[in-house]
Amino acid sequence: MFLTFPIMVIRVNTVENVIEWRWQNLLIVGVGTFFLSFAWRYFIKQQEAGKKKVEAGEIDKIALSRRIFAEPKFYLPALIAISVFALVFPFIFSMYQANIMITGLIYVMLGLGLNIVVGLAGLLDLGYVAFYAVGAYSYALLNHHFGIGFWAALPIGAGIGTLFGVLLGFPVLRLRGDYLAIVTLGFGEIIRLILENWNEFSFGPSGIANIPRPSFFSIQLSLQDATIYMYYLMILLVLFTIFVVNRLQNSRIGRAWIALREDEVACEAMGVDRRKTKLTAFALGATWAGMAGVIFAAKTTFINPASFTIWESIIILCIVVLGGMGSIIGVIVGALILILLPEYLRAFSEYRMLIFGAMLVLMMVFRPGGIISDVRRTYKFEGGQNNNGKNQ
Amino acid sequence: MVPILEVKGLSMDFGGLRALDQLDLDVKEGEIVALIGPNGAGKTTFFNCITGIHPPTEGDMLISPPGKKQERVNGLKPNHVTERGLARTFQNIRLFPNMTVLENVMIGRHCRMSSGILSAIFRSRSTVREENEVVRDSYVILEKIGLAGFVNEFAMNLPYGAQRRLEIARAMATEPFLLLLDEPAAGMNLQETKELDDLIIWIRDNEKISILLIEHDMRLVMSLSDRIFVVDYGKKIAQGTPEEIKNNPAVIKAYLGEEIDA
Repeated sequence: MFLTFPIMVIRVNTVENVIEWRWQNLLIVGVGTFFLSFAWRYFIKQQEAGKKKVEAGEIDKIALSRRIFAEPKFYLPALIAISVFALVFPFIFSMYQANIMITGLIYVMLGLGLNIVVGLAGLLDLGYVAFYAVGAYSYALLNHHFGIGFWAALPIGAGIGTLFGVLLGFPVLRLRGDYLAIVTLGFGEIIRLILENWNEFSFGPSGIANIPRPSFFSIQLSLQDATIYMYYLMILLVLFTIFVVNRLQNSRIGRAWIALREDEVACEAMGVDRRKTKLTAFALGATWAGMAGVIFAAKTTFINPASFTIWESIIILCIVVLGGMGSIIGVIVGALILILLPEYLRAFSEYRMLIFGAMLVLMMVFRPGGIISDVRRTYKFEGGQNNNGKNQ
Repeated sequence: MVPILEVKGLSMDFGGLRALDQLDLDVKEGEIVALIGPNGAGKTTFFNCITGIHPPTEGDMLISPPGKKQERVNGLKPNHVTERGLARTFQNIRLFPNMTVLENVMIGRHCRMSSGILSAIFRSRSTVREENEVVRDSYVILEKIGLAGFVNEFAMNLPYGAQRRLEIARAMATEPFLLLLDEPAAGMNLQETKELDDLIIWIRDNEKISILLIEHDMRLVMSLSDRIFVVDYGKKIAQGTPEEIKNNPAVIKAYLGEEIDA
């Protein structure tokens, strides 16, 4: 109440040079804080009560979200509804909406890519945007100099991304936790600064313009068709990403990543090659960022270093943390919320970042595991004694 | 017969501190060997040296897996040591808490598998087969250890004694010829210690895995071990059968202090 005193109560009227005292605002802030703190305490208490119940074994521990995914009765109709909605989306909504959705889907891809590094392998990477920039610039420059098209650039961008992932991976193999975060942060800034200052190579801050959109069997599309085409392309790529990440997650290499996240020493003592595992995580994460970069360049047709600031890395990291580390559905939901919310909150333009920030804080207090936390795969055995009914 | 693990003159310095001083030790096939000593004597450091976590300052560590040639394991990385057939557990439990029990054991099989990224993505037939085998093998190990009822539980939700056993199961999944157990009975009650006793004997007899263990529980050590090595301040002060160790004056001195004549 007193902290907000100078802002809320005192206003200097510059026209008449008098100070206005708005005491009624003080009252509003006071009453508001009073009730909000009650609500806050109520929710905290609820949460703790829930925890106690779980500990006492009173209620089944499986969260609602998990139960929904476990029952085909629930998730099948939902899946069908979502896919139908996704398919008709560009036709029922405006092009503006479709464009926002494309951006959202690019971030889904980025989130899923970073999820490999942060969510699965537990390597805190704050310079992820560097690989995104590498992908975008590789398409832009290859197109500018050699006229290489989108479809050829997509794998090349992904490949160059992988290369940079390995390049960053080598020096940071020994680091973990905070140190790793700082080095990756530095790496991200280095890439951005190079792009900004090496004029002959990257055209500096003015960026590269006139990057062609993806062609449809060498037919030039109108702007509207191109957007719709791009939208479906993104849907396909996101599906591809989900497919790959899902396969990896429950494979030998995916398990090694998770083990590395859980306990590095034990993981190595159990025969997992730490170097190789870390490098593959970095490389694969970077591959996806590279691919997303190419798409980003093709979508906006113009890129400059300002699109690849540290803020982007933070947003992508937020997507992963907010959505739920290691959980594919969580990351998708997180990306859509974090990217779409600020767009649709434009109506409250002055407050949208405030709401955004408040939401992040609330999320972390009440659901520290993310919106949808990671669900480990369960296995069934016939004739075994594991008929505890819980996880099946 | 060549001992399966032979350590000669092993020393380890941490800066100016000599944690291990010219230590000799050997384990023969089919033996249960105990390494005992007061707290801070360097027992865990010894394990860390053998398993490659710390490269030793000097000395030789030689392994000769049954049916294979003798090999020096100095300076090998932990994962390579494990690949060669030494597996360990940790003094303070180091499971993967947010993975299921089965997955914990499956990680142990990691170094015996071969599928890479591409085969994981395309899920080739050999990968599927390998994956199924691993699930089955891991389950069989869990069944043997008596944890089959917990397969899909998170490791962190297991009771303490079961976590200890899971660590042993995970180590066994790497197909070792020698199992290094670092204080497996720490924090266990009498009943659990008894079960552990049976489990260790069972592993030796049925799985043909030799065992080297660090332990403070003297009853367990005396009843289990074929031979005992005693270290104090990084030096070996005695070795021999349980009977010999019980009556060794140097050991009594290290544990109880010197007797002062009144």
